[in-house]
Amino acid sequence: MPVFLNLLQIQMPVGALTSITHRISGILLALGIPFGIYVLDSSLESPQSYAQLLRLFDTWAFKAAAIVFTWALAHHLFAGTLHLLMDADVGSLLPAARRSAWMVNVGGLAVALLAAGALL
Amino acid sequence: MRKVVSGLRAWLVQRVSAVYMLFFIVFLLSHFIIDPPKSYLAWQGWMLSPGISIATSVFFAALLVHAWVGVRDVIMDYVHPIAVRILVLVSLALGLIAIGVWVIRILLLRHA
Repeated sequence: MPVFLNLLQIQMPVGALTSITHRISGILLALGIPFGIYVLDSSLESPQSYAQLLRLFDTWAFKAAAIVFTWALAHHLFAGTLHLLMDADVGSLLPAARRSAWMVNVGGLAVALLAAGALL
Repeated sequence: MRKVVSGLRAWLVQRVSAVYMLFFIVFLLSHFIIDPPKSYLAWQGWMLSPGISIATSVFFAALLVHAWVGVRDVIMDYVHPIAVRILVLVSLALGLIAIGVWVIRILLLRHA
């Protein structure tokens, strides 16, 4: 039997949104590891590579990537901290859990906006 | 039983590595805000000092096991054919090991 699902009509609870974005941000961060280590390597290699890195920091592509990465890191840290608190039974009842899930989603975006403000 | 124990271990590894990384990131961020490095020599001297390079190496060790547990969970949720799953998991493991070797070369084997 064919099933038609209108994805726009599925109501996603805020906790589910936090959960899926915890995953997405985690995958983004994992993909970012080699780039992060490349930056660390160039920063330490030689004065020339250090200077070259500072020029790279000034490019639009790098700034855009840095903002996305900052969002992923902030969201992942906030959602992870919430996870740890809930393991300790803090805020695991539904109304508090909904409120804190909202705080994580908004907090991650707020940090990304701060980063954008600082970089652009 | 074995399965339960190994699942519990992954859960614990994920949390212990997360807490270390959280403290390290807060420390690193504070350092950059309070006393940002002003030159190549200042940055290199700080980063390759024994305490910081060891703490940073531990951070990357935590990061790599955290990424292993996390990405492995995602792969097992979405990649079902067993041969493909094994191939993807082996590639992930090799990639993370290669990154670990790279970090050791950067932080611990460099002649500063």
